[in-house]
Amino acid sequence: MELLQKLEILADAAKYDAACTSSGLSRSGRPGTIGSTTAGGCCHSFSADGRCISLLKVLMTNVCVYDCQYCVNRRSNDLPRAAFTPRELCELTMGFYRRNYIEGLFLSSAVLRDPDYTTERMIQCLRLLREEYRFGGYIHAKAIPGADPILTRQLGLLADRLSVNIELPSAQSLALLAPDKKKQAILAPMKQIRDGITVSKQELKVYRHAPRFAPAGQSTQMIVGATGESDRQILALTQGLYRTYRLKRVFYSAYMPVSNSPLLPAPQGFQPPLLREHRLYQADWLLRFYHFQAEEILDENQPNLDPRLDPKCGWALRHLEHFPVEVNRADYETLLRVPGIGVKSARRILAARRFGPLNFQGLKQLGVVLKRAQYFITCSGRMERGLRVNPDGLLRHLVALEAPNLAQPEPEQLSLFSTGGAS
Amino acid sequence: MSWTQVSYLYDGSLAGFLTCVFEAYTHREEPADFTPFHQACASFYAQRSIETDQAKAQRVYRSLEGKLGKTGKDWLLRGFLTCLPDRELWLWRFLRLGYQRGPGFTRDLTNPAVCQIHKAVLALNSEAHQFTGFVRFSQLEGVLVGTITPKNRVLPLLRLHFCSRLPQEQFLLYDKAHREALVHTPGKWAILPMEDFQMGQADQEELAYRKMWRSFYHTISIEGRYNPRCRMTHMPKRYWGDMTEFAPPEQEALEE
Ligand code: SF4
Repeated sequence: MELLQKLEILADAAKYDAACTSSGLSRSGRPGTIGSTTAGGCCHSFSADGRCISLLKVLMTNVCVYDCQYCVNRRSNDLPRAAFTPRELCELTMGFYRRNYIEGLFLSSAVLRDPDYTTERMIQCLRLLREEYRFGGYIHAKAIPGADPILTRQLGLLADRLSVNIELPSAQSLALLAPDKKKQAILAPMKQIRDGITVSKQELKVYRHAPRFAPAGQSTQMIVGATGESDRQILALTQGLYRTYRLKRVFYSAYMPVSNSPLLPAPQGFQPPLLREHRLYQADWLLRFYHFQAEEILDENQPNLDPRLDPKCGWALRHLEHFPVEVNRADYETLLRVPGIGVKSARRILAARRFGPLNFQGLKQLGVVLKRAQYFITCSGRMERGLRVNPDGLLRHLVALEAPNLAQPEPEQLSLFSTGGAS
Repeated sequence: MSWTQVSYLYDGSLAGFLTCVFEAYTHREEPADFTPFHQACASFYAQRSIETDQAKAQRVYRSLEGKLGKTGKDWLLRGFLTCLPDRELWLWRFLRLGYQRGPGFTRDLTNPAVCQIHKAVLALNSEAHQFTGFVRFSQLEGVLVGTITPKNRVLPLLRLHFCSRLPQEQFLLYDKAHREALVHTPGKWAILPMEDFQMGQADQEELAYRKMWRSFYHTISIEGRYNPRCRMTHMPKRYWGDMTEFAPPEQEALEE
């Protein structure tokens, strides 16, 4: 089979994986090698679906012995199959990298024969890439649940980021749809990777040349909308994952109808929940950068995110007792909770107000989205002229503000947040 | 007493601009505008031609960090690379403010001069960051060559990134908008003015890689998530002209 054909098959098989980021690690190039990484990551292109293309995202092979119902590569699916040799994939990576098409390699694999054999082939490829081709660019590798911990360890010494997919938001769903995978088989490598990273960091403090284990951290992803979990359950799980496994990122992937299985939503007329995915990313953002707790964002009375509003607006509307906030006095945490004020503009407010009291015009210059923020703030005791709205009116105003963004095909995870660069 | 308003003609270089600053302070002149020699035209104000003087420029340059602080100096130097309209005039106002107030003045983001320069520098930085991803090289006779058409002069910002990333490679990156090129061979680099540059013929291997990249680019997109508006937000059309994935498929050279 020609290389071009293999590439098509194995990129097609990998495209449903949500993560394509190259962030979390800054490593400059060294003479005699090729490649570097930057902490913020880098998008090299955007595909027609609006997603960032940062890494050459492919499977080592799409031949699989498992039969996970939600996956295109499941054993029972009739599909062209292919496998890269380690050498082929190295040549391809280097050819793309030198031309600046990509930031590195995202290597995953279906389970060929068994998890150990699969992982060994991935290791072979990465070892060749690092040692023979002297590649210093970004590598994200998928750890295969069920593989021998020694192999997962080797994988993590070659890759910059490791991930294990949690796949579905609950153990019941997993048992139902991925009978070959056990929750424990997924959590065990996650735990191993967490501990590996911690130990490696400590060793590096003592000895600069200590081996680096997954220095760009660990991530995971789950499919949303294939099964019945609420947003509240998903966010609670996410928060748990961040806390327990110290993950860098949790990715959400709106389920695409790839199967006729009666256990899954029928593909006819199924709309992938893209807006829901988008709202989950926004809520995830609140957990990671805005000091929110999952329990604050959603509770028993409201188990799902309001699709019409970004979750921070939603929270503010339910907690009008915290507002209005006086921008010339409020502390950082309080400012962060104001809709229309982001991490950057909150910092700028703190810096700029030392030179004198801020007014609405000044806030605009600092990058505050006044259209949203105006309802929730005062400047030196004053609200924006003529703005006196009751809670119902407020909801309508805020929903109207978002409506134009939602009329079109729904925005993708990055559209609201990224100010250049992969997150 | 207010300073006399003068219109400065200079060579358009950073050293030239810093010389103007030196002259303005010694002669107590308030620049009303700055014009590069080759764009000179009649002015409402008294015109003065400033010859670039390295020693004077150095004196101003050395004062920057102390007077403006690290951030102020960085913004001034980067500001010079931006496409901000009346760029030199805004930089002059920015610099005067810094000289009056001292380091820390950059936090006063509601001041018009600080705000203008800050925004322009952010735009420059973000454009440079985008180009670290959007640059496309072709390998022609062992040399990597690429072209870009940026709004701001991003090559000085891209230099470190690409030289560090590709230390063993020979490459040339041409800025079509500002007619200058970043050239690199192992251990050495330069940014040179270059009036024109034409890309050479691609060989079989190069064509094969372009084809594979285009194919990967189209394959990786999920049909059910088609969202051209979102793509356009992240990667505006102005970048597409220099990118391999949007070039029309080439005829592969016929085998002998
Ligand atoms: S093991 Fe992985 S590739 Fe194989 S069917 Fe399950 S999810 Fe798909």
